Amino acid sequence: MKVEKTTVPFNGTPEQEKELRQKLQEIKKIDGCEMIALQQAQEIYGYLPIEVQKIIAEELNVSLEKLYGVTTFYAQFKLNPKGRRHVSVCLGTACYVKGSQAVIDKFSELLGIPVGGCTADREWSLEACRCIGCCGLAPVATVNDEVFGNLTEDKVEGIIKKFEGIDEAIEEVTKEN
Amino acid sequence: MKTIKDIEAIKKQTCDIVEFRDNQLTKEERIAKNIKYRHTVLICGGTGCTSNHSNDIYKRFQEQIAEKGLTGDVQIIRTGCFGLCAVGPVVIVYPEGSFYSYVKESDVDEIVSEHILNDRPVARLLYKEKAAADHHAAPALSETNFYKKQHRVALRNCGLINPENIDEYIGRDGYRALAKALTEMTPQQVIDTILASGLRGRGGAGFPTGRKWQLCHDAKGDIKYVCCNADEGDPGAFMDRSVLEGDPHAILEAMSIAAYAIGAHQGYIYVRAEYPIAVERCKIAIKQAREYGLLGDDILGTGFKFDIDIRLGAGAFVCGEETALMTSIEGKRGEPRVRPPFPANKGLFGKPTLLNNVETYANVAQIILKGADWFNAVGTEKSKGTKVFALGGKITNTGLVEVPMGTTLREIVEDIGGGVPNGKKFKAAQTGGPSGGCITAENLDVPIDYDNLIKIGSMMGSGGLIVMDEDTCMVDIAKFFLEFTVDESCGKCTPCRVGTRRLLEMLTKVTEGTATLEDLDKMEELCYYIKDNALCGLGQTAPNPVLSTLKNFRKEYEAHIVERRCPAGVCKKLIRYEINDNCKGCTACARKCPVYAISGTVREKHTIDPNKCIKCGVCYQTCKFKAIEKK
Repeated sequence: MKVEKTTVPFNGTPEQEKELRQKLQEIKKIDGCEMIALQQAQEIYGYLPIEVQKIIAEELNVSLEKLYGVTTFYAQFKLNPKGRRHVSVCLGTACYVKGSQAVIDKFSELLGIPVGGCTADREWSLEACRCIGCCGLAPVATVNDEVFGNLTEDKVEGIIKKFEGIDEAIEEVTKEN
Repeated sequence: MKTIKDIEAIKKQTCDIVEFRDNQLTKEERIAKNIKYRHTVLICGGTGCTSNHSNDIYKRFQEQIAEKGLTGDVQIIRTGCFGLCAVGPVVIVYPEGSFYSYVKESDVDEIVSEHILNDRPVARLLYKEKAAADHHAAPALSETNFYKKQHRVALRNCGLINPENIDEYIGRDGYRALAKALTEMTPQQVIDTILASGLRGRGGAGFPTGRKWQLCHDAKGDIKYVCCNADEGDPGAFMDRSVLEGDPHAILEAMSIAAYAIGAHQGYIYVRAEYPIAVERCKIAIKQAREYGLLGDDILGTGFKFDIDIRLGAGAFVCGEETALMTSIEGKRGEPRVRPPFPANKGLFGKPTLLNNVETYANVAQIILKGADWFNAVGTEKSKGTKVFALGGKITNTGLVEVPMGTTLREIVEDIGGGVPNGKKFKAAQTGGPSGGCITAENLDVPIDYDNLIKIGSMMGSGGLIVMDEDTCMVDIAKFFLEFTVDESCGKCTPCRVGTRRLLEMLTKVTEGTATLEDLDKMEELCYYIKDNALCGLGQTAPNPVLSTLKNFRKEYEAHIVERRCPAGVCKKLIRYEINDNCKGCTACARKCPVYAISGTVREKHTIDPNKCIKCGVCYQTCKFKAIEKK
């Protein structure tokens, strides 16, 4: 699968960089620390733009090419940021058998982004995921950490509206104040 | 640091409290045994129930119990998975053993005020099996169909102990096997016991565990490693996760025993990052074991040294393959290596390495403690012990079950699993995930073990068992699994990288109705080519779902090609929607149709123009009169 390079401009802070460099110093001595480094960097930044990979390569004294190779090998490492609301729809066997393809198609249609994409305003991103281990609730999707089970395509719009509704409610309250 | 005596003392203290949950003691026995708790509330903290907010239930119980001033009388514990994920969140209250299903946070107050304060179990929440005629008498947990035929060895502590408390594990004979191995047995005796038990690798291939240990023991080298494969990637399999979540110390103990047997001092658990609860419980378990001196420099005062670190996977299915897993621990792209040399001689960082699956390890301590004969008394001739299956798909009781080897698929699906829901017909069960094949209705009565499954064209795999009913299209399922392997192929060897992709293209042609019968033969040829030439297990087994469905459901493939029809009505390009005489002419479908393919006058039967129809299925979902048929 072709991995799209990061398209959103990098906006890392000096604090994040300091934290990363400090962590890298700690783990440098562990055998095979590249994966651990990338995992921790992703925890700090939320994704792994090339700027962050450069810092890691420099601190661990490995070539950027090698590190980029590791980054792009694993599905967990992201070259693109997640949206503020990140939807993952399980396409594991149990969910698939129960119709999760229709659910993810509906999300894609309503959000206007392909699977793996992020909306221009960084509000929503959509992803297919492998079994998240609650096959009893199939088909399942998560929005950030919240799990939605027993889905049908009709329920998708409601889920999106629910989150956008929270925003509107907050806006209204702020206006009133 | 604890000595063996200290461990015995802890066992004595905690075993009654833990057994209390198992044996359903009477009030008098409880007093006689001097158990201070009046009730124990177990709340499932497995991933399934946690995603159904079981943590909120746990918190609410704590608040309620504190509020009623019962803190010293009632023990509240978050356990690992009980297995019956379909009815979660699950709460069990002992000593009665009342099994509450579909519990909500708002139900907690009632359970506390009725059951705990007044000994009146809340009948409306008790789990009832559909078959039970008497709706008021909920059967004891061990008497339910779901649990009756199970035999729990690997899962024996799951859902019974608090996985975050090492003392409870010790109370269930924990770390006694390690003590026995270190003080009473030589490394060779440990290996001989495992060999004699007949334990085979539970990760899929079924290689004899004892032989693997022997090979590592015999390999030359000062530095050796013990690894645990917890990179459970098969879609639909979650037994390894449940063991790590419910009984992490069992894995630590088994790895320590293995390390003693082969002469290693460092271990790694390679676990998927997608299993945050399992990772967290492992971390806690390792910390506690280190505090007790059960991991570290001088284990139980015997001078034996061993420690374990956790390494997180990063979402690559191929890393479940042994050599790829080791490359990944080394911090590289998780690509498999050519074997030989085998990991037993040249594995992690080029040193002799022992790698076993979580479920395999979960059996080890029990075998050492109770002996090889105890273990191999259960099972079939060549497959000993039990196997955990993750039931999923079109089955009533989705969840985790552990049955003796040799149990038939019918017993698992119909008796334990409660059968196919909605009165649909069983069509096939898929085992072994993307590496396996399907078992058809004719083979429902074959005793399941490693060899029989291979004979009927499937494989054990890690133990995912997905049930399919008549609405499932077998071509589509084969395509689904192949899409998975194409996606997860690491790209190192050509047969897998290119071969699986070409195979997928051919399958796609079948599902779109553009294939010819010749393509079927070509597909078969390509399948065997990939099987024979791919570098690792992922590629070698990737064609299995195609081969197995071709063998068992060739008619379905032919229907797609010759009749251009999908018998199960799944393959979109081959479906035709038609309106039958049920049509009341309500116009609902015509108004919803995005391409205006439906025409007709009000109160008269409508028709669909097949040339305009894009087969989106909106009309099918809209119609309230079952007037639209998929053909």
